[in-house]
Formats: sequence, C-alpha cells, structure tokens
Amino acid sequence: MSCEPWQCAEIAATKKANPINKPEIVVAMIKKASRPLLIVGSYATERWMEGKPLIEYLIDFANASKVPVVATAHMVGEFLKRGYEPAGFMSAMDIGNRLVDPEWQGIDGKGHPDLVLIIGLPYYMEALILSGLKHFAPDLKTMTLDNLYHPHASWSFPNATLEEWAANLKVMTSKFEGGQ
Amino acid sequence: MTSKNVHVKIDEMKTSTGLIKNLEVSIGKLVNDNWTEPMGPTPKPSLSTLRDWDLKLLNRYKPFYMPDCDLCCLCTFGKCDLTAGKRGACGLNIGAQSSRIVLIACCIGAATHTAHARHMLHYLIDKYGSRFPLDVGGLNIKVEAPVTRLVTGIKPETLGDLDEVLEYAEEQITQAVAVAHTGQEGNNLDFESKAFHVGMVDHVGMEVGDIAQISALDFPKADPEAPLISLGIGSVDTSKPVIMCIGHNVVPSVGIIDYAKDKKLDDKIEVVGLCCTAFDITRYHNRGRIVGPISWQLRFVRGGFADVVVLDEQCVRTDISDEATKARAPVIAASEKNCMGFKNRTNDPADEIVADLVSGKVPGVLILDPEKVGEVAVRVAQKVAPIRKKFKNLPEIEEIKKLAKTCRQCDMCRRSCPQDLKIPQALKAAAEGSMAELTDLYEYCIGCGRCEEACPVKLMVHSFIVKAGERQMIEETNLCRCGRGAVQDVEIRNVGSPIVLGEIPGILAVVGCSNYPKGGKDVYDICREFANRRYIVAVSGCSAMSAGSYKNAEGKTLYEEFSGGFEAGGVLNVGSCVANSHIAGAAIKVANIFAKRNLRGNYEEIADYIYNRLGAVGLAWGAYSQKAAAIAAGFWRLGVPVLVGPHGAKYRRMLLGREDKPEDWEVYDARTGNKVNVGPAPEHLFQTVETPQEAMVAIAKLCIRPNDTWKGRSIKLSHYVDLHKRHYGCMPQDLHLFVRTMADVPMTMKEEFTKILEAKNWKETVIPDPTLLPRMIRKMKE
Repeated sequence: MSCEPWQCAEIAATKKANPINKPEIVVAMIKKASRPLLIVGSYATERWMEGKPLIEYLIDFANASKVPVVATAHMVGEFLKRGYEPAGFMSAMDIGNRLVDPEWQGIDGKGHPDLVLIIGLPYYMEALILSGLKHFAPDLKTMTLDNLYHPHASWSFPNATLEEWAANLKVMTSKFEGGQ
Repeated sequence: MTSKNVHVKIDEMKTSTGLIKNLEVSIGKLVNDNWTEPMGPTPKPSLSTLRDWDLKLLNRYKPFYMPDCDLCCLCTFGKCDLTAGKRGACGLNIGAQSSRIVLIACCIGAATHTAHARHMLHYLIDKYGSRFPLDVGGLNIKVEAPVTRLVTGIKPETLGDLDEVLEYAEEQITQAVAVAHTGQEGNNLDFESKAFHVGMVDHVGMEVGDIAQISALDFPKADPEAPLISLGIGSVDTSKPVIMCIGHNVVPSVGIIDYAKDKKLDDKIEVVGLCCTAFDITRYHNRGRIVGPISWQLRFVRGGFADVVVLDEQCVRTDISDEATKARAPVIAASEKNCMGFKNRTNDPADEIVADLVSGKVPGVLILDPEKVGEVAVRVAQKVAPIRKKFKNLPEIEEIKKLAKTCRQCDMCRRSCPQDLKIPQALKAAAEGSMAELTDLYEYCIGCGRCEEACPVKLMVHSFIVKAGERQMIEETNLCRCGRGAVQDVEIRNVGSPIVLGEIPGILAVVGCSNYPKGGKDVYDICREFANRRYIVAVSGCSAMSAGSYKNAEGKTLYEEFSGGFEAGGVLNVGSCVANSHIAGAAIKVANIFAKRNLRGNYEEIADYIYNRLGAVGLAWGAYSQKAAAIAAGFWRLGVPVLVGPHGAKYRRMLLGREDKPEDWEVYDARTGNKVNVGPAPEHLFQTVETPQEAMVAIAKLCIRPNDTWKGRSIKLSHYVDLHKRHYGCMPQDLHLFVRTMADVPMTMKEEFTKILEAKNWKETVIPDPTLLPRMIRKMKE
C-alpha cells in the first residue's frame, strides 16, 4: 500500500493527507465527531468487490454507524432501490459548496458537520472537492473511504486492492453496534 | 456602416477668396452610419463598464473554488504556498488566485478565437476586398451580427467593417491579460468580472470569424436543411490519396480544395478534416469528410489513413508531426501560430518542396501561403500515396499479445489515464490471448497517450487499444449535418413567443470538446432525450460530431431523425467552434426581434432579458480547452447557465446558487417596483455534473425562468419531475420553490405536488415582470 496520489499528477503542496493505516481509525474519528456526514458518489454502483457493488457495503456501513448519507448525482435512486433512504441528495458541487459555508447548518438544519467522509466519486472530482474543502473549510476534518490515496483529504487510506478495500469496509461496519 | 481614415493635404490652392498654402486636414474616421437605432448606454464597454451587472450575478452565484494547485509559481517571488488561507508574496490568496487562473484561461481562449478571426479577415480582405458584403442568410437575416451589434454598437455591412470590431476585441483582450500581472487586481470577484468581460469579447471574436467566412467562402447561410455530411473514419475512401487537415482554421484547407478543383482532381483526392477544421471544410466543399473529434488525432495518424497531414491552428497535438513521420506521412504546417519547428519554405518553388517531402528528405515544412499549401499538399499526396500504401504505425494482434507479456502490472498506465481505464487488466488478458478487454477500452479512450508516457517498458498502449478497436474504427460511417451557421430571423419570430412564455421548454446547446468521461454516446443520448421532449437542441464542434456518431433502432443518425431547424424538436448544428457565437446570437435575437428590445450597445438590458426569460442552458460534456472556458464565460455574462461534465471540474471554479437561501432569489417586478421572490431560476450559472443522468435532470431544471407563464412553468416542471423520477427514483424535493400558483402544477401530477407543497408550507406568490435592473422598473415604488 502506498501513500502516493492514485492519479500521479494530483500532487498537494505543503499539506497532505495523513494515512489511515487501519480501519479502526475511521471508526474512532466517527465516534469522536459530533456531526459526521458521508458523501457517496456515482461510482458506488460501478465499483464491485467480492461480487457486490460498493453501494451495498455503504448501506451496511451507514445503517451500522448511523452516519447520515448525502448521495450525489443519481445515486439517490440507487439507494432507494435497495431500501435505504439517504438523509439528502444533491450534486457533488452543491454539497461541497455548502460545506465551505460556515453558516450552513447541515442536512437536518441542526449544525454544520465537523467530519466529512467521502467515497465513490470520480477520482479527479473527489480530489478537487477535497482541495476546495482543504482550502476553504480549514476547520472541517475530511476523510476519504476510497481505496485510493487522496492527498487533499485530512485523512486517506493508502492505495489498496479491492480485496483490502472490502475488508476495511467490513471491519469499519463491524465496529459499530449492530454492524456485521 | 463604413468608416475610413481620411487625410487631405493641400500645398497651394488659389480660390476666389484667397490663397491656401500648406493645409493639412486629417479625419480619423469618416462614418457612414445608416443604422437608425439609437445608441445604447454601453457601446464598446471597457473592463469595468459592466462590472455592476457582473456583480449582480456573482453575488447570486458565488464562486466555489476547488484549487487544482496549492501553489502560485507565476513570478520569481514564488513558489508561494497558498494553502488554506495563506497569502503569497504579492498578497494574493487562493480564492483570488483561482479566479485569476480562470481569467487567464478565458484570455487565452478569447485571444485564440480573435486571432483566428483576424487571420481569417486579413486573408478574406486580401482575396475579396474590404467592400465585400456580409451575407449570413440572405433575405432571411436582417440582424447579421447580433453579438457585435450588442457589444460594440456597430452594424457591420462589409468585411472591412469588421476591422474596427476586431480592433475593439483585441484591445479588450490585451487589457484583460494585463489584469493578471502580479500586483494588479486583488479581489476575486473583480477577477471574475473581468473573466466575464473577456468571455463576452470572445463571442465578438467568434462572430467576426464566422460571419466573415460564411459570407466570403459561401458557407451554408442559416440553412436548416444544410446537407448531411459523411462522418467517421469508415466513410473515407482510402483507395484515394488522403489529405488530413487538423485544427480550426479552414484557410489552408481552402487552398487545397481550390487547387484540387482547379486541376479537376477533387474526385480523385480525399480531403478530410479532424476537429473544427472538418466542419469548415464541409461547409466549403460538399465532398469533404469529417473524420471525428479532436481526440482521434493519434488513432487516425497511427492508423495510416493520412498520406499528408496539414496542420493549421488550435487543438493540434504538439507531437503530431512526430507521429505522422512514424507513419511516413509528410507534414505541412500552415499557421504562424504553429510552426512545429519546420523550415519556412513559403518562398521556395513548389516543385522543390514537393520533391523534398516525397523523397523524405524533410519530414515536414512550414508554408504560410494557403495557395501554395494547396498545390504542395495535393501533389505530395498523389505521389506519396502509392509509395506508403497506407502504412500503419500499429502493431499486429500477435505482436500485441507478445508485447503484453512484458507488462509489469505496475499500474502506472492506469494511474496516468484521465479515465482510470483498467489498462493493466486488459494487458494481462491480452498476454493470455484475449483482446476483448483492450477492445472494450476503445470507446472510452480519449486518445491522450499518457499511458504510453508512463509505461516503464515503453509499451505503445494507445496503439494496442486502437488496433484492438480497428474493426470498430473502420466501420464508423455516420452522418452529420453540415454547419448551418446563424439562426434565421423568421425562425426567431416563430419560436420567440413559445420560448419566452415557456411553452417550448428550453433551448439546450450541446457544445465543446470531446474530453468525455465515458465516450461520446452520452452526448447522443442527451441530445436525443431533449429533442424528443421538444426542446430546441443546438450543437457545435466536437460535440456535434459525437451527436452524429450513433444511430437509433431504425439505423438513423440524430440528424436524420430530427429536423435541422431552430424549432421545437430540432437538432441544429451551427458549425465549428467560432459558430458558437450564433447560439448566443439566437438568444440575443429573441430579445431584439421578438421582444423588440433595442440592441445597439445595450448589453445589460438584453442580458437581463435573456437571464430572466429565456430558458436556455449550455452543456459542454467534454470541455477541455481554454476556448471552452471563454465561450462559457460569454454565456455567463449573458445570463445563460452552463453545465460541464465531470472533467470540467478541473476548471477549478464553479458559480453556484444556493436554493436554501431565499434572500438570494429576489427580482424586481418591473410593473410595480416590488421585490418578488422567484426561487432559484436558474439555480446555477456554472456547474459540474457527474453523470449523464444528473445532466439531464439539471438541464430540465436550469431551463426554468422567472418569466414563465403558468402554462410554460407547468410544462417545464413536468419534464423536470419526469426526468427526476426516472433517474433519481423519487419526486424532487424542491418543487415548492418553483410553484408560484397552483396553475403551475402539471395536471397529471397534482396529487404528488400537493403532498410536497403542504409539507413545505408552500405559499402562493405572483408571476412578476422580472428584472434585476432598477432602471427597468416602469413605476417606481413610493
């Protein structure tokens, strides 16, 4: 596993993501956060591990962790089709734009998120949104759950295989009450 | 309008009243202006003239920055790290720096179109004279240059009249570039305003370039039935010598076609084009062929189809001469902007140049005389074709399988691929004997060749993909509507009312380059969806080629299935990049011809009209270039929202509205002066969408405008809801922001709407006569 940007030219300057060396770090960060939020992009139905799409891992994770989900692009329909209702849905640009607004009170109107988990967008789009958050929401912790290293996040998994990714997602889910 | 410099000198003249000696009179300009429309408030606006208008938009659609680079390295104080609020040595922060980069991109784009127009104008005036009349649509078009008239207040009548228009554009671009120097502008919104300005100027430059060539080169003149043109590599008769022209400036291609016609060789030679030059070749010569979009340069050259490669300007791969040489195809560079390191042979005898290219003594030459380009290209193609016999620079299948075994599976090709294509897996499969995986990549590959640059064992990965997709490539035979140019005044009259009242649900302009996330089929699908829904669909450039590259169940391309008119359900190809100005022009003409708003130097009022009333949206699904940035900026200032596909996020700054902030959505009711909340219509000015499904929903929503009648709003909402339900699997949750009275609710959806409206505590409001400009209020509120 390596902490080099997955797309080679996506290089950060002086501030780059801390590596997530084990999935328990994610669990600890979520438990520590007051208002975590999970953003799920359109690759959730395109990336498959062990015969099932990423979105199914994420539904298990969201159900176990109770982290509210914002679905981007047309993913809301994919969640609904599988019996899971996300807390919100909007374009990836819109959720990024709201997160850099310190006045925004979150999807439920009860307060600005303090931890954002992001997964399943095209790599370059996710990198750009994380860059926007790094620069313009400096108090917000950002964490990518992809298996691709994202230097602009606060925390990122190193580049990993699909098998390792699936294992990490399952471990994270299992660490919450009711998770398996 | 005509204007001239006049200088009179009298050494000595005796008259009845006395003697005049050494009299000199100089008149800078003698204007013969027969345009009776009064001059508006902002002819030839300078950098800050329309700043207030820009700030109205920019305060509603605030920039959302996604810096592509944390550093600034534009001066020797740097590199400066601008991460998370740090300022650089010059004092600039990352927000302003991001807007500065946007401005620089727009300046490059505007300069490119305007320089193209300048070159075209010089060429045409030299050939046809400055008094050659402009004619872009015969009796069907009275407003021949809507963008030019609106911005500059000039009504051009001849090629010579365009000179002054370009002088204005050139000055503005120079001023705007200067803004980007270290220690000039420091505020992000002011950078943005200047990007809008240069975008507006870009449309002037494009319009000049296209109306000049339409008039003098006798391109189709606003013809909805412009002919259908062969499209695709499979449509090229490779038994003939093939001359491939790459770029955007048709002048050298005109030299080739004229020479071939003059020598009665035009049916013995294939003149094909790639990128926008292709469109303009076919607008000039109906035997021309369109090979495909910009991304196909490598595949066509390596595929060996071209016997001679002629390069003009813009979007040309800078290594294409090396590629052509490897395929034994001589190269002729034909633009001062793109000399490719070749020796300038413009003044050498054609016989010598032909001999040197045919013998291989030189791989390429620079020729800056289009007539000589024509002669040399045709003669060389005739002589080289039998020698090179379509020599390919592609490996054979068995060779690929063998070479694939040397792949280290290091992933560097995939990590360098903008599409994240699973190249290592495909190479592994090839090594094991299956080419299917490499073939699957053909449709999605954008032809950048970065995979080859990254490969540590120097595998020609792109060539492998092209070879694997070769059958598909040579079977590509489609049809594309020839670029028709402008929209007729009568077409505007026919659709003006239903567009402005919302009964034609919208105008969708699908434009720009081919940096698609998953091939060109998405462009076809989106165009077809909205044409079927009776939107007006305008296309141009590489997107117009992709739109024509697929067929329906009956085997018809989009251009055979739908009319080429500016009408509900029409799919009209305006032409090349510079023809994008006709789409802006059509919007302007709705305000002028249908609504009878004065055009002359009256930018703000016309933009206010378009923004509040005209349900138009642009989609650049594969935008990659600085020119695309400039084109978009021109639309932003006119109040037309633009969507880009996922790679468009790399423009690094979006202009996004906030539907959750009701205070952002107030307009004046021009009838009363009251402020009325009209909801987020349109919600965004510049937005990246992630998937074609998202694009379709966003397009339907972005066509909603404050001025819609209840009937029009009801039609627009029914499309929005229908697409939302189909692609998102549920009702939109923001309908309460778009329903003003219950009459807006589509008849068949009353129950579903009512539930949402009740849940959101919806309240009825009025339909205003909307404007953002206080001066447009007819009765000021006490």
